[in-house]
Amino acid sequence: MNKITNRQIACEVLSEHARVDRDVVVLCSDSRGSASLAPFAKEFPAQFVEVGIAEQDLVGIAAGLAKCGKKPYAASPASFVSTRSYEQAKVDCAYSNTNVKLIGISGGVSYGALGMSHHSAQDIAAMSAIPNMRVYLPSDRFQTRCLFEALLKDESPAYIRLGRNAVEDVYAEGNCPFEMDKATTVCEGSDALIVACGEMVKPAADAAALLKTQGISATVLDMYCVKPLDAAGLLNAAKGVKLVVTVEEHSPFGGLGSMVSQVIGANDPKKVLNLALPDAPVITGTSKEVFAHYGLDAEGIAKTVRENL
Amino acid sequence: MQNLKALSYKLRRDVVEMIMAGKAGHIGGDMSVMETMVSLYFHAMNISPENRNDPNRDMFVLSKGHCVEALYAVLAEKGFFPIEQVIKEYSQFGSKFIGHPNNKLPGIEMNSGSLGHGLPVAVGMALAQKMDGRPSRTYVVMGDGELAEGSVWEGAMSATQYALDNLCAVVDRNRLQISGTTEEVMHQDSVEARFKAFGWNVLSVDGNDIDAMNAAFDEARTVKGKPTLIVANTVKGKGSPVMENKAGWHHHVPTAEEYEQIMKDLEAHEKEVL
Ligand SMILES: Cc1ncc(C[n+]2csc(CCOP(=O)(O)OP(=O)(O)O)c2C)c(N)n1
Ligand SMILES: [Mg+2]
Repeated sequence: MNKITNRQIACEVLSEHARVDRDVVVLCSDSRGSASLAPFAKEFPAQFVEVGIAEQDLVGIAAGLAKCGKKPYAASPASFVSTRSYEQAKVDCAYSNTNVKLIGISGGVSYGALGMSHHSAQDIAAMSAIPNMRVYLPSDRFQTRCLFEALLKDESPAYIRLGRNAVEDVYAEGNCPFEMDKATTVCEGSDALIVACGEMVKPAADAAALLKTQGISATVLDMYCVKPLDAAGLLNAAKGVKLVVTVEEHSPFGGLGSMVSQVIGANDPKKVLNLALPDAPVITGTSKEVFAHYGLDAEGIAKTVRENL
Repeated sequence: MQNLKALSYKLRRDVVEMIMAGKAGHIGGDMSVMETMVSLYFHAMNISPENRNDPNRDMFVLSKGHCVEALYAVLAEKGFFPIEQVIKEYSQFGSKFIGHPNNKLPGIEMNSGSLGHGLPVAVGMALAQKMDGRPSRTYVVMGDGELAEGSVWEGAMSATQYALDNLCAVVDRNRLQISGTTEEVMHQDSVEARFKAFGWNVLSVDGNDIDAMNAAFDEARTVKGKPTLIVANTVKGKGSPVMENKAGWHHHVPTAEEYEQIMKDLEAHEKEVL
């Protein structure tokens, strides 16, 4: 059972680069602990900016730093950085095309019983709707490393959502196939296609394994790059299957499901089912309890596939 | 008359029970804000389960919503719901008693949790009370770290623009937030001077002294033409040296040993003031 969180990996990669590149800067809004960036703050006090509980300031300052050549990574809970500072993300990062990477930590329903103010079930929709904003939800620690390595090489804005809890590995040490902005095939099958992102990839893979024992074969596609969506990869994987199921820790509107449905509907029409959180404040519970309640765990995903084939 | 000093320590123990049972909660800020909450609900505000739908009731917003456990404790003591139910259900699967205020519960007016929302909302409430010529008042409690949010200052401006003397805000000045002291993270000195510059009447008192809080709320009521800010100077984690003035106790859940010591210390305080 993996104990290392994706946010710890992000801190590790950023630290490795900060050691050799003084332009790598991290910004936090009283969030360094929740972001697992306290070690970065400690090691690189001159490359760390604390703005206090002020998310709009956080993103605005990051944009200013980027304009002057810095490579800022602004990390704050996904709920706040995606909506409190939405206009800064839209105007100062995306519209002005500044090299700001927004890290939404403890995304989705990571904060469990803290309730809807702390859940980010809108961030994919909100951020994806901004021209020139990319949206990434890595699935495990190995992919998180690959993604941050790639992001450190480019110069345009992006939003990255990371969960709070350690997630079980989808890939393996030294064996994490990764191509920037190309979905990763986790396993291949011919009856159904399951497209998932972020923390939903592991349960999707487990669902495929479960289905296999029941005589159903499913492809699982890790669409960590929700925007730009890998449409070619998606259409290729959807070829010949009877059913497409999308799985995301997000509102049913405007997220991965909506985007996949658009592409399938326009190019290869067939049944697409969207598994997501409800259009309501979610039930009180840990993320595990919440996922199970709404059928976003391996059993729930497998059941949806089985009953709709 | 009820001994509010003792009550503040009894309710702190309720909060600790809640946090132990739910394995979550913001203990540091719950402890610092307790006298503010007790003074509001047992001295200053016209609010009870009986008048909770009366349009002339006083309104309250807990802007530092993460300290909802302190709010649950006073609301239970007021009779809005049984404390046993809160302790049993707080943070559990399917519960209505979540980690931030939620107005599906009786006695809670507004949902909060995202910092910096409470003051503008309270300005709206106080403005409506003025528009309707009501005798009632609006109260809002903020954290000191929370003051870094720009929306607080937008609210502060509008409160004086509309001369909202029926509005009383409290800052729980415990000088700590998650990452350290407020002065290290984002300096707040002087909160008093800043609010004065925005046109507010400002009082600065010992926020863990119930008599001082009662007197401050009384005085606020007499000030006309402008809103009042009470800077409640408090100790984060107030009640036990185990947790006092320690940033790490912002949302630490006590171990079994720490729990024993904290309960002992809180009981000792309670006895002392009885
Ligand atoms: C907009 C927003 N940003 C960040 C947080 C996360 N958060 C919860 S409590 C807290 C620290 C609050 O410090 P302070 O206002 O001083 O409260 P207190 O010390 O009374 O607990 C933070 C950053 C939040 N709830 N809302
Ligand atoms: Mg504080």
